[in-house]
Amino acid sequence: MANTMHLDIVSAEEALFSDEVEFVVARATEGELGVTPRHAPLMAKLQPGDVRVRMPGGEEQFFYVSGGMLEIQPHVVTILADTALRARDIDEAAAEEAKRRAEEALRDRTAEVDYARVQTELAAAAAQLRALQSLRRKRGN
Amino acid sequence: MSGAKEIRTQISSVQNTQKITSAMEMVAASKMRSAQARMQATRPYAEKIRSVVSHLSRAQPEYRHPFLIERDVKRVGFILVTSDRGLCGGLNANLFRKFLPELQRCDERGLGVDVCPIGNKGAQFVNRLSGVNTLAQATHLGDTPHLADLLGTIKVMLDGYRNGEIDQIRLVYNEFVNTMTQQPTVETLLPLPTIDDPELDEQKYSWDYIYEPDPALVLDELLQRYVESLVYQAVVDNIASEQAARMVAMKAASDNAESLIEDLQLSYNKARQAAITTELTEIVSGAAAV
Repeated sequence: MANTMHLDIVSAEEALFSDEVEFVVARATEGELGVTPRHAPLMAKLQPGDVRVRMPGGEEQFFYVSGGMLEIQPHVVTILADTALRARDIDEAAAEEAKRRAEEALRDRTAEVDYARVQTELAAAAAQLRALQSLRRKRGN
Repeated sequence: MSGAKEIRTQISSVQNTQKITSAMEMVAASKMRSAQARMQATRPYAEKIRSVVSHLSRAQPEYRHPFLIERDVKRVGFILVTSDRGLCGGLNANLFRKFLPELQRCDERGLGVDVCPIGNKGAQFVNRLSGVNTLAQATHLGDTPHLADLLGTIKVMLDGYRNGEIDQIRLVYNEFVNTMTQQPTVETLLPLPTIDDPELDEQKYSWDYIYEPDPALVLDELLQRYVESLVYQAVVDNIASEQAARMVAMKAASDNAESLIEDLQLSYNKARQAAITTELTEIVSGAAAV
């Protein structure tokens, strides 16, 4: 059997890589991990960073993953890559944003009713402004 | 000839409409193809996570993740996935028709309801309903949605579930069956239905993992990503459904325009012929009088 293993890099949106490789280096939370074929089964959380892959010909490829999970079987390695940077505070901000959108939409519903009133107010203000300007012009003359 | 002229303008306006609908049909057809490809591309990730989670929960019987535990339902959360734009036939209407009885059932059992609409049409629909609490929403995702745009909305729901405010999360979306059929679907997202994969019993894989940092944390991360990928899949499915429905609706509209034009053409010809006949009669009777 050739001294290679199968590597899949998949994200929720697409499959990024799938081929036979000789060697993989990825950054787990506990430090860098180098994986060669017949590695013991392992499951690790990945840190944002690059994944280095050596192909059978000696050619190297790099992938950037913004976190994810690494699963190792003796002849199959799978990287479940995140599509976006994940951190507690970023997630929190995204959640806040989603809530805000909902509240805004609710407010918009009432705003539609008020639209006519605002428009008349605007028209009145514009009329006042025009009146003021013509008054000034008269005084200037 | 005034009748004939009116008909002619009507014909040209119908023709213009037909041009637009047939253009939309072709655009939807090509977008549907790419949406289908995207649907295929999301499968491996979910399948992989599914098999890992399925094993993990079996290998760690003493650790029960909250996502896997059923509890008394007092409040239900719905994630309602709809399209952003209209002109896609009865797609969204059918989904709402499926969604409303669900709400009613919750109402009858005295359950509270929270909704997270994804997509503009759903957001508008939920705003019109009374007594429904909108927690969060995501709209204007476009034709190529990114998971990052959905994370906030999903997190609001998951947080509610973790805090015990919501006891069940259901996912409402149009499942893409084929070009002609889109199935409005209501699924239970959380608690996760027991994941059982018969293939796992084969001794193909060894499951005695070394965990880094520790099994519970790994399971936590995986389950959250699994749920997110399920919602993402629903969104992608719904987009493929939307394009398919739009393609079919626009095809029907173009065909209708075609038959309308035929009818109009016929009455235009008749009107023109009648006008010629009258003119002839006038000339002939005028000549006879002289």
